Amino acid sequence: QHRHLLELLKRTTVHGESNSALIIGPRGSGKTALLNHVLKELTEMKRVRENLLEEDCQFFLKNNFLSGLLQTNDKVALKEIIRQLHLENVVGDKVFGSFAENLAFLLEALRKGDRTSSCPVLFILDEFDLFVHHKNQTLLYNLFDISQSAQTPVTVIGLTCRQDILELLEKRVKSRFSHRQIYLMNSFDFKQYIKIFKEQLSLPAEFPDESFAQKWNNNVQHLSEDKTVQDVLQNLFHFTKDLRSLHLLLMLAVSNVTVHHPLITASDLHEASKQYRMDSKANIVHGLSVLEICLIIAMKHLNDVYEGEPFNFQMVYNEFQKFVQRKAHCMYNFEKPVVMKAFEHLVQLELVKPIERPSVRAQREYLLMKLLLDNNQIMDALQAYPNCPTDVKQWAASSLSWL
Amino acid sequence: MPNLEHPAYPAATLLHLESLVPCRESQVSMLLSIFGERQQFSFPSIFIYGHTSSGKTYVMQTLLNTLQLPHVFVNCVEYFTSRLLLEEILIQLQSYSETEQTSHVPCDTFNDFVRLFKQAVASRELEDQTLYIVLDRAEQLREMEVNILPGFLRLQELTDRNVTVILLSEIVWELFRPSTGCFEPFTLYFPDYSIGHLQKILSQNHPPEYSADFYAAYINILLGVFYMVCRDLKELQHLAALNFSKYCEPVVRGEANERDTRKLWKNIEPHLKKAMQTVYLREISSSQWERLQRDDGEPGQLKGLSAHTHMELPYYSKFLLIAAYLASYNPVRTDKRFFLKHHGKIRKTNFMKKHEKTSNHLLGPKPFPLDRLLAILYSIVDIRVAPTANIFSQITSLVTLQLLSMVGHNDQLDGPRYKCTVSLDFIRAIAR
Repeated sequence: QHRHLLELLKRTTVHGESNSALIIGPRGSGKTALLNHVLKELTEMKRVRENLLEEDCQFFLKNNFLSGLLQTNDKVALKEIIRQLHLENVVGDKVFGSFAENLAFLLEALRKGDRTSSCPVLFILDEFDLFVHHKNQTLLYNLFDISQSAQTPVTVIGLTCRQDILELLEKRVKSRFSHRQIYLMNSFDFKQYIKIFKEQLSLPAEFPDESFAQKWNNNVQHLSEDKTVQDVLQNLFHFTKDLRSLHLLLMLAVSNVTVHHPLITASDLHEASKQYRMDSKANIVHGLSVLEICLIIAMKHLNDVYEGEPFNFQMVYNEFQKFVQRKAHCMYNFEKPVVMKAFEHLVQLELVKPIERPSVRAQREYLLMKLLLDNNQIMDALQAYPNCPTDVKQWAASSLSWL
Repeated sequence: MPNLEHPAYPAATLLHLESLVPCRESQVSMLLSIFGERQQFSFPSIFIYGHTSSGKTYVMQTLLNTLQLPHVFVNCVEYFTSRLLLEEILIQLQSYSETEQTSHVPCDTFNDFVRLFKQAVASRELEDQTLYIVLDRAEQLREMEVNILPGFLRLQELTDRNVTVILLSEIVWELFRPSTGCFEPFTLYFPDYSIGHLQKILSQNHPPEYSADFYAAYINILLGVFYMVCRDLKELQHLAALNFSKYCEPVVRGEANERDTRKLWKNIEPHLKKAMQTVYLREISSSQWERLQRDDGEPGQLKGLSAHTHMELPYYSKFLLIAAYLASYNPVRTDKRFFLKHHGKIRKTNFMKKHEKTSNHLLGPKPFPLDRLLAILYSIVDIRVAPTANIFSQITSLVTLQLLSMVGHNDQLDGPRYKCTVSLDFIRAIAR
């Protein structure tokens, strides 16, 4: 894929051919990195340097870099293009004129040049799927149009994470697009994964302290052969293959390195992995008060009995009262407003969510809700809950307790 | 307890920091190790979550202020639209540049923000340090425009500067994630305080006149009553402050000395129970509570906010309301059984006991047409009642008081339908 992209860009800049392409791949599969790398190589080739339109010293913005996140509107995108191209009616970094005027001016400027006398322009559109949602897709239409009309050599490259991007394009836009797609998939297996792990952790040869670098690299080699470390990596690999999560894990482990603790050990990686994979909802449940736990157990029973149909506060309160009257010796029978306050705390934490927005008309107690926790999560969290009264635990474990 | 140590910061400041954040040492040390030295790059975005008042905002602010790291602190509830938020960040950034005074910088979109941000950072003298942008109550970011949250998570990449965005929230990260995915931040959990921790923190605030042990015993009692219900540090602090003077009363009056725990407990216990129903629920304000304590009046006279909703209604309105309640909660087919002549006069309370079935009381009131209301009314009122405009206007005033609510459109062909919106306790109170 690297070669493919390089070829494409070379053709534009050197031979003056117009092109368009899409780079598609899931999050974290290296699309931006690939593009950067290719651009870097390109600018190092001598022939290219004279032709390419140089904008900025920043590597990223060497060509027109537009991101779907930043330019949420065609107007904004157009202003940004004009600003980056340093075209004439940019006065002191401000761009004026209506959208139609700007567009017409841009098209003129790009159309006038022909193959020999103008510089090729490279448009890079990040988060391409967000551009597709603009109104009428005018920007995309015009860009692809220019790339087909063989005037100024223009290349449009889009980066996106959605596989079905082509269906989102309108028909006229799709026909002007050259349908060149470059797919990036994380298609390496576990052995290569370990190799990548080693490479990422090793210090490069230019590191100033030679002996330390040697020691460090040896340690890394040693770690990659350790069984527990391999288990940790295997777990992560089964969960997600992309390299960003590997980076996160490694950064966590490396951040424990201090002067007293100069080399990473297997336990560091283990700790980091545990930290990374904590179940966040279980953590939240850990911090609830006993009354709130009882309410959650009541909701769990309601879900079991009524097979997941939504409930309201009144039903939950009923269940709770049945429990308190029948079984509990440690729970004091709290008044209804106190229970209501605990219930509202659960709603605030978004463990319980109303099905529809609360209106003024309906009473708060009868608003239908559903529980966003799974039965297994609740039981696991109860095991970890400190000082849980035994009645409560038994109530949770019993099913059909009100019979 | 682990000592915070870090090569980049002097040990004295770290000791001071440690004293300010009790029971949170491990979180602070993790944050310090992630931040690294001043000029090192860190994670592009960090997401910190934990329960209410588990110290997230406090620890973050203390850490950044004590170590004097350049930061911008914004609360997303206060600046609830994207424009306000971005402008506030830029204004706070200006305070770091040495030349200009704060002027208003218009910033509409995230695009402009990135551009102005790059300019603002470039003009500062501390250019190579990591800048931290802390967004508190980050769950509001989901309500703003769609591109704000992913944009902030990638801010380091988009602006190509040394900046880290820290998001603080109560809600877990899974509920934040946009549908097509985004750049995942590093998530850090601030665990809730255990009962030992709570005791330790609350005991730190003891007033100087009394000994620490005395106050610690008081906190013990307080936690014993309230811990099952609430673990919120702020609420407990509020309750502790309000009730302490009552606790000290026997000592002040000379009846008991500081060690007489049993007497103190007997004195304070009913008081705390009363507090749970009123001050904890914010039914009465803290000044009212204090006044009540000083007067030492009968605790039974406490009138909370909800007590004021028991209003006095005119004669027919009361019957109308009761009829509406019956109409809402009884199914139609039982009307005939209850209201026809040969069943005689039925006490109102009997109805309530019969209807234990789940469907009616738990699901809420059902709408009923006007005719049914009038039919029931006629059957429960002893004397003959004529359908005058008086009655109908009382129905409308009940609707305005929101004791009844109108269901459906105004111009419905079958006549207006209503629903009763008050609870059983209210009806009981009205029914004398």
